[in-house]
Amino acid sequence: MSEPSTPEPVISMRGATATLGARTVLRGVDLTVGRGEVAALLGANGSGKSTAVRSVIGQVPLTGGTVELFGTPLRRFRQWARVGYVPQRTTAAGGVPATIREVVASGRLSRTKLRLPGRADRAAVDRAIELVGLSDRAKDSVSALSGGQHQRVLIARALAAEPELLIMDEPMAGVDLASQEILAETLREQVGAGTTVLLVLHELGALEPLIDRAVVLRDGCVTHDGPPPEAMGQHALPGHDHVHPHAASEPARTGLLT
Amino acid sequence: MEFLTPPFMQRALVAAVLVGITAPAIGIYLVQRRQALMGDGIGHIAMTGVGLGFLLSTNPIWMATLVAVVGSVVMELIRWYGHTRGDIALAMLFYGGMAGGVMLINLSGTGSNANLTSYLFGSLSTVSEEDVTAIVVLAAFVMLVTLALRRQLFAVSQDEEFARVTGLPVRVLNLLVAVTAAVTVTVAMRVVGLPLVSALMVVPVAAAQQIAKSFKVTFVLAVAIGTAVTLAGTVTSYYQDVPPGATIVLLAIAVFIALTALATPLARRRARGRDKDSEECTLEVPVARPDADDVRV
Repeated sequence: MSEPSTPEPVISMRGATATLGARTVLRGVDLTVGRGEVAALLGANGSGKSTAVRSVIGQVPLTGGTVELFGTPLRRFRQWARVGYVPQRTTAAGGVPATIREVVASGRLSRTKLRLPGRADRAAVDRAIELVGLSDRAKDSVSALSGGQHQRVLIARALAAEPELLIMDEPMAGVDLASQEILAETLREQVGAGTTVLLVLHELGALEPLIDRAVVLRDGCVTHDGPPPEAMGQHALPGHDHVHPHAASEPARTGLLT
Repeated sequence: MEFLTPPFMQRALVAAVLVGITAPAIGIYLVQRRQALMGDGIGHIAMTGVGLGFLLSTNPIWMATLVAVVGSVVMELIRWYGHTRGDIALAMLFYGGMAGGVMLINLSGTGSNANLTSYLFGSLSTVSEEDVTAIVVLAAFVMLVTLALRRQLFAVSQDEEFARVTGLPVRVLNLLVAVTAAVTVTVAMRVVGLPLVSALMVVPVAAAQQIAKSFKVTFVLAVAIGTAVTLAGTVTSYYQDVPPGATIVLLAIAVFIALTALATPLARRRARGRDKDSEECTLEVPVARPDADDVRV
């Protein structure tokens, strides 16, 4: 459990503002994630948590503020193999059949780029599939999988590059309890190995023991940044973004606490 | 094997095989990104190129390639920037391309109805030496792109946002798919005709994915089906007085129907095999409750 003030922040977002269409989604968000930290972004639907993580990896352009990854401004950041991304999806399938292995192998492209994959690359793909417990089904079509298994494939795809930073957008959405446990276990191993994690969550759920820090967004502003509040597990549902008594001692990044 | 003797048939067969290979090879990526009808749009645009070729008295294949490539790049740009009215812009492009082609062919004067028909519905018997050279060069480009970059194109077509975060040059790869599709359209137009080009990109892939579980097998099978139906269609049109383009597409659809019929029992058997060990209920059912539950009054 590293302190939020770790010397080298992996993610450093300052005063980020962003709009989607005519709507302002982020209004000056500060977000710092230190090496080895596990941070959860929480908030109601439309609070801007998905936009915040997507702007960290350059998928939503910022209208103001700055983002740095591993100390490099996002505009000049090229070491994408250090980042594993799990987008918000309900399915890992496309318009053509593909096996679990084929989908997971595409995650290795951040390292292989345009060259052919070697033995080490194939081994990393196998390891990623094993980490999510799908080795016996590696040659099955992803379309034959359950919702939770789809999510496991998407996470294995992110792990195939052996990233130092894992960014996940609602990895637990639509995942049954058994798969949630497997995902939590996978994540625990990654965190144990020193991986930094930023995830968007609707509720802490099975991941609660892993999380060092919770950042709560409301209407595009940070309303809480500190240890996950005790009651968060049950109350991190839409409309339940109230701040608990002990949070008052935490630094409030904006003046918009309710 | 008498059909192999006449030189026009040799040229026709070379063209047909190359189309059978290339159309599904690029079509699979279009189907994967759920843009199966993109080839159709490019076919419309290529019509203007054919018209320009007639007007300028150059080989229509090269002019059609040029115009189709420009058109496909514009389509890709519309996809990036024109979020809201993208479909209307594409409609303008497609119908403008078709109408422009008909107008230009008419203006050129040289373009008789018969000439136009050979591009609209394919005309294997009129494929010239020059056409074959063009088709071979263009087909080589398509095969190079679709095979050498298959991993990258797979990733981009499977999940574009994820591919961007892996640092792949997604815009370049998207443009490459669009340009390659445009090139394929012009390779195929002499064989099946512009309105049916898209069918050869989509139907063999759709047929293959009825029985395939992996992308790799779908790719190989789609190319095999494409080659088989173009060859069969060409040979059929040599012996019977039927249009080769229509014959090829109808054969492809027949394969699709046959494989779909075959796939249902296959999928059932696969599912049975997978569930064999989990057929029995293994959940532990609590046996008789202890006495504590007995309520005595």
